[in-house]
Amino acid sequence: MSQEQINQAIDKEYAAGFVSAIESDTLPPGLDEEVIRFISAKKNEPEWLLEWRLEAYRGWLEMAEPEWAHVHYPKIDFDAISYFSSPKSMEDGPQSLDEVDPELLRIYEKLGIPLHEQEMLAGVAVDAVFDSVSVATTFRSKLAEAGVIFCPISEAVHEHPELVKKYLGSVVPRKDNFYAALNSAVFSDGSFVYIPKGVRCPMELSTYFRINEANTGQFERTLIIADEDSHVSYLEGCTAPMRDDNQVHAAVVELVCLDRAEIKYSTVQNWYPGDAEGKGGIYNFVTKRGVAHNDAKISWTQVETGSAITWKYPSCVLRGDNSIGEFYSVALTNNLQQADTGTKMIHLGKNTRSTIISKGISAGRSSNAYRGLVRMSPRASGARNYTQCDSLLLGDKCAAHTFPYIETKNPSAVIEHEATTSKVSDDQMYLCQQRGLDPEKAVSMIVNGFCKEVFKELPMEFAVEAGKLLEVSLEGSVG
Amino acid sequence: MLVVNDLHATVDGKTILNGLSLTVNPGEVHAIMGPNGSGKSTLGHVLAGRPGYEATAGTVSYMGRDLFEQDTEERARNGLFLAFQYPVEIPGVSNMEFLKASVDAAREHRGEEALDAVTFMKMAREASKTVDLDPAFLKRGVNEGFSGGEKKRNELMQMLLLEPSLAIMDETDSGLDIDALQVVAAGVNSMRSENRSFVLVTHYQRLLNFIEPDFVHVLSGGRIVRSGDKSLALELEERGYAWIEDEVA
Ligand SMILES: Nc1ncnc2c1ncn2[C@@H]1O[C@H](COP(=O)(O)OP(=O)(O)OP(=O)(O)O)[C@@H](O)[C@H]1O
Ligand SMILES: [Mg+2]
Repeated sequence: MSQEQINQAIDKEYAAGFVSAIESDTLPPGLDEEVIRFISAKKNEPEWLLEWRLEAYRGWLEMAEPEWAHVHYPKIDFDAISYFSSPKSMEDGPQSLDEVDPELLRIYEKLGIPLHEQEMLAGVAVDAVFDSVSVATTFRSKLAEAGVIFCPISEAVHEHPELVKKYLGSVVPRKDNFYAALNSAVFSDGSFVYIPKGVRCPMELSTYFRINEANTGQFERTLIIADEDSHVSYLEGCTAPMRDDNQVHAAVVELVCLDRAEIKYSTVQNWYPGDAEGKGGIYNFVTKRGVAHNDAKISWTQVETGSAITWKYPSCVLRGDNSIGEFYSVALTNNLQQADTGTKMIHLGKNTRSTIISKGISAGRSSNAYRGLVRMSPRASGARNYTQCDSLLLGDKCAAHTFPYIETKNPSAVIEHEATTSKVSDDQMYLCQQRGLDPEKAVSMIVNGFCKEVFKELPMEFAVEAGKLLEVSLEGSVG
Repeated sequence: MLVVNDLHATVDGKTILNGLSLTVNPGEVHAIMGPNGSGKSTLGHVLAGRPGYEATAGTVSYMGRDLFEQDTEERARNGLFLAFQYPVEIPGVSNMEFLKASVDAAREHRGEEALDAVTFMKMAREASKTVDLDPAFLKRGVNEGFSGGEKKRNELMQMLLLEPSLAIMDETDSGLDIDALQVVAAGVNSMRSENRSFVLVTHYQRLLNFIEPDFVHVLSGGRIVRSGDKSLALELEERGYAWIEDEVA
C-alpha cells in the first residue's frame, strides 16, 4: 500500500510540457558542410569561425558515439534532426525587450521566468535561449556599468572577437568527445559572460533554455570567463514541451576561472523526461568543464530532474596551485528515465582541493548512475578530495549505481570516499502519516531532506525552484 | 471517545490480538500493562493504521465513527496520536519543518488557516522548553542522532504541539532518567482535560505515581485479561504477571 502511495506522489504531470504556436524558420533535417555554412552565414560569422566549425565537423565524422555510459537507447539518427530553428519574428533581431514577440514573452512567463525588467526585483539578469536563438538579455545596461559582458555568444563573436577567439574551445577542445564535436560544428547560440579583473558581478546571471520546435536539436554553447580576482554566480534553467519523439540536446559549457576568481554555476534541469511508458523526452548529452587557475574556485551545483537520458559530467580541471573544485548534485529519475551523471576532478596543481556531494534518487523503473573520476597528477602534492555519494531508492523496480574512478600518481594526495544507499522506509512513511501528512507530502519531505546538503548550495532563486520541483514547504523560513 | 469491541488483528498474517475490548471515555486516562510480546504496541499500531497491521474481526469506533474507514493520516488529523515506542529517524528533514507540516495538516483538516512561520516557531520553542529539549533540536533532523531519551522527549513535544484528542503513548517512559519521567508526567498532566483521553502503555508502576490513571488494564496473549484501578498496578509490581496468566489459563 505504501509503495503505491509513493508512486502516486512522484508521478506528477510535467508542468512545463506545453507546446507553443510560434512560427519558426527551421532547417530541414540532416547534417553536412552545407548546413554548417548555412548556420554560420545566418549569423554573419567571420571566416575563422566557419573554419573552426568545419574542422570540428570533420573530426566528428571520424568519431563514434560513446557507449560506455550506463544508459540504453535506440541509435540516434543524426540525419533526422534539424540543426537550426529560429522563431520567425527573430529574423531582424529584436533591439530591446519591447520588440520581442509578445507570444515568446508569454511563454517565458508561463515558465515562471521574469523577463521584464520591472519584474526583476530579484536582480537576475536573464538570457533566454529559445530553440537555438537567444531571445532577450535583460539588465544589460546595469551590467555594462560594472564592465560585465553578458550577451548571446553569437553577438560576442562580433562585439568581442578577441575574447571569443582566445577562449572558445580552450577548455573543451573541438574534438573532446563525440557530442562536443557535434556541438562545435553546429552550435547556434548560447550565453557569453566576461567578468573583468577584480569585479564582483553585481547580480546573478541566468539563462533559460527552451526547446520548442519538434525534431530540432538544441546545441547551445556557453562560455564564461572570470578574469583575475573576479566573482560570478550563474544560473541555468531548462524546460521543453512534451513530445512523443525524442529530442537531442548536446550543449557545451566552458568556464575559464583565472587567478583568484570564483565561478559558481548552478543548473536546474527540467527537460521533458518522456511519459510513464518512456515515450518521448530529451536526450541530454552535455559537456561542462571549467579550468581553475591559481587560487581560483569553481563550484558546480546541479539539480537534474528531467530528460529521458542524462549524460553529463560537469568537471573541474584544477590547474592552478591551491585551486578548488566543488560538485553538488541532485539527480532524480522516475519512470523509465536514465541518468549517468557525475563529475571529474582533475588535480594538476599543488594543494588543490575538491569536494563532491552527489545525491541520486531513483523511482519507478528508472536507472540512476553516479560516475565520478578523481585524478591526482604527479605534481598535485598535498591535494585532497572528499567524495560523498548517496543513493535513495523509492520502490524496488529502480536501480542506483555508483562508478567511482580514482587515479592517483602523487603519494601525498588524500582521497576520501563515502557512499550510502538507502530507501524511503515504510516506517518513515508511517511516522509522517501518523502525524497527519498525506503520502505525497511525506515523500517530498523525505526526498527534500535527503537533498538538503545540495539545496543549500543553490542561490536563493533557484533553491525555490528546486524546492518547488521537489515540493519544499517550510525550508528556509526556519532560522 | 474510543470503543474497541472484540478486536482480532494480524501482523504480516500472524494473529496477535485475540478479542480485545476496551472503552475509553473523554477525559479518562487508561494504563495498559502486560508482559513483553503480549500485543501492547500492536494495539497502538492497529489503532493508528500502520500498514501490515490488519484487523480481521471486531469493531473500533473513534469519536463515533468507524475507525477503519479512515486512512492513517485521516485518523491522525482527527486527533489520534501515537507516541512511538521506537521513533524512527528522518535524516535532513528538520524537526521544525516536520512539526509545522503536521500541525498545518491538522489545522487545514479542521478548516483553520496555516500558522505563520514566526508564530509557529514561538509555539515550538515553548514546547521544547516544556519537554526540556534545547531549542537547537528543532533544527536537527527528525530524531536524527537523538539519544533514546531525547527521542522520547521529542515524541512528547510533538504531542504537545498537535494537541490530540486521544493520545496513545507507547512506553514513553522507558529509557528515561528520573527527571525526564517527571517531565513526561508534567507534560501529560498539563494536557489532561475533560475532552482529551490518554492510553499509556507502560511497564512501570512508577509512572503511575506521577500520572494517576482512572483504569489499569493487563494485556496478555492479545486480550485484556484484567482491569482495575491504580491499585492493580501496585499489585502487579509486587507479584508480576504470572498469577494473572495462571488464573486466566
Ligand atoms: N511483523 C511481525 N511478524 C510476526 N510477528 C510479529 C511482527 N511484529 C510483531 N510481532 C509479534 O507480535 C507480538 C506482539 O508484539 P508487540 O510489539 O505488540 O508486543 P508488546 O506488548 O508491545 O511488547 P513489549 O512490551 O516488548 O514492547 C510479539 O510476539 C511480536 O514478536
Ligand atoms: Mg511494545
